[in-house]
Amino acid sequence: MAQMTMIQAITDALRIELERDPNVLVFGEDVGVNGGVFRATAGLQEQFGEHRVFDTPLAESGIGGLAVGLAVQGFRPVAEIQFFGFVFEAFDAIASQAARLRYRSGGRYHAPIVFRSPFGGGVKTPELHADSLEGLFLQTPGVKVVIPSNPYDAKGLLISAIRDNDPVIFLEHMKLYRSFREEVPEGEYTVPIGKAKVVREGRHATVVTYGAMVHTSLRAAEKLAESRGAEVEVIDLRTVNPIDIETVVESVKKTNRAVVVQEAQRQAGVAAEVAAQINERAILHLEAPVLRVTAPDTVYPFAAIEDEWLPDVERVVRALEEVLDF
Amino acid sequence: MGVLVQERTPYEPVRILEEDGTVVNPDLMPDLTDEQLRELMRRMVFTRVWDQRAIALNRQGRLGFYAPVAGQEASMLGSHFALTKDDFLLPSYRDIPQLVFHGFPLYQAFLYSRGHIHGGQIPPDVHALMPQIIIAAQCTQLAGVALGIKLRGEKRVAIAYFGDGATSQGDFYEGMNFAGVYKVPAIFFAQNNRYAISVPVTKQTAARTLVQKSVAAGIPGVQVDGMDVLAVYRVTKEAADRARAGEGPVMIESLTYRYGPHTMAGDDPTRYRTNEELGEWERQDPLIRFRAFLQARGLWSEQEEEAVIEETKQTIADALKKADEYMPKQTVADLIDVMFEELPPHLAEQKAAFLSREGR
Repeated sequence: MAQMTMIQAITDALRIELERDPNVLVFGEDVGVNGGVFRATAGLQEQFGEHRVFDTPLAESGIGGLAVGLAVQGFRPVAEIQFFGFVFEAFDAIASQAARLRYRSGGRYHAPIVFRSPFGGGVKTPELHADSLEGLFLQTPGVKVVIPSNPYDAKGLLISAIRDNDPVIFLEHMKLYRSFREEVPEGEYTVPIGKAKVVREGRHATVVTYGAMVHTSLRAAEKLAESRGAEVEVIDLRTVNPIDIETVVESVKKTNRAVVVQEAQRQAGVAAEVAAQINERAILHLEAPVLRVTAPDTVYPFAAIEDEWLPDVERVVRALEEVLDF
Repeated sequence: MGVLVQERTPYEPVRILEEDGTVVNPDLMPDLTDEQLRELMRRMVFTRVWDQRAIALNRQGRLGFYAPVAGQEASMLGSHFALTKDDFLLPSYRDIPQLVFHGFPLYQAFLYSRGHIHGGQIPPDVHALMPQIIIAAQCTQLAGVALGIKLRGEKRVAIAYFGDGATSQGDFYEGMNFAGVYKVPAIFFAQNNRYAISVPVTKQTAARTLVQKSVAAGIPGVQVDGMDVLAVYRVTKEAADRARAGEGPVMIESLTYRYGPHTMAGDDPTRYRTNEELGEWERQDPLIRFRAFLQARGLWSEQEEEAVIEETKQTIADALKKADEYMPKQTVADLIDVMFEELPPHLAEQKAAFLSREGR
């Protein structure tokens, strides 16, 4: 076992899949010689050649269309959208084309495409780099959306995503790229798409979250353990479309209280969906309303105020206190 | 003194046949056998009859979505005739004739028109995508399909069909630009039928031609008289041969006209164009022109045309019957099943709700 950062785990997964399956192709802006702006593809072009790992012209819609065309020819494209704020340029290719290919062709074609993309706040990027846009893809039937919170999951989930025969949007939180290392097994292993993980067990309240907010939520849970001896369970969704509601409901039935934490803005989106499903499936188990901790419904701010704008430990603690004291 | 340069369009449409069917450019005459020439005519007659029949069926409520093709037969079928069965088609919603002559069964074209899921189920031995609805989306996909062909080392060509309106979309340029960079075997075939629904090409772009847009992508382009089936065949054949030889993509602008409405969903062309203009184009009709050419060579007769018309009517009647009787009927459960390879739990639940008629 090796100690890896999340970015190293991602590179490792790409290398393993490029080696395993000659139909896997990796492309995007600056992914070739440069190895990607975050070095996620570092060394891959050198190892696998320009026909497997290559730069594209600077055009996200073109990247998306290229991926769909290659998928139709039997390839398994792993396309990088350099920052997820640029996904709007590729929205047609993803939502109208890749996501509908299986249906429109009556099953003749499918789109085993991974759209990898860095996103997430707290790293002082310029505008439209950090936005959490995953909610848009909860109303995009035909795609899956995966958001790992740690190096181990990132590697196993990316391998699963590449092997999946349907389009997967794989979102990599920039703040997690190099923030910590952990033990990551060498060689291949998979983490299943669509399965959440209980990352901290507890019996007084449940936090449902994903991405960087998993770490924020864990710190909040620790604080409450110290301050009042509350045992807070924390669930890392890992996949936000489809949502593993079974794991969530099982936990809520035990704790009777839930807070959903997301970095994205409040309306609709993952937190709203989780709250709605808890209401549909477990309302009689609830001792308090399901609360959401989110960013406000504004555009993502310029860097100077992003730390105040993003949900933090204090806000998660306050929400948990509210449901615990309800 | 100003330093800005206005482009000087070097493009002249390639033409082989005059409107009366005489050959004006014998040097460009393609190498086709008499039987191939007659086949080209048969396909154009078939398509004209089919178009008339489809419009009638639509008006009777027996067909769904349909985009008329009359006027564009030379452009559609002359270009398709230059390809082989192994080549890959990316059609728009109007390009159903090419799809059918590429092997897509006619009854499935009717299913497509009626919105049945199996109308998009291209048979495994037909190399094509379903008709594209999003204007110019097929252009970026063309780059991908053609790159796939190149990466596999195959000697095949991919072609995307789109209209003049598509050349205003970013995807049109992005597709050509990608194809140029990767030097892939792709043909960008613009059918300039003068109107994107109601907006004339003069309000679509200040460029004097559409084909000059290929210059920006660094790929060769050619403009062709789209009412001249031999000229369309000739330029497409050269583009396909070139692409097959590994020399990269080409853009073709075919100058043509759609006689009918944009689609049968309520478009009224008299709101945006004159009958005089329509008449001018009908005088250049691709069937009249090619018929005159064939008749002058003793390769076509009225009786032969009558026979093709009767045969076409029968083929259409048979296909329609098959579409009418087609089973299974489509269900919401079928739709849910085809979203993913494996049904995720939330969809399994929604499917069960639909099947028990408790769908919310």
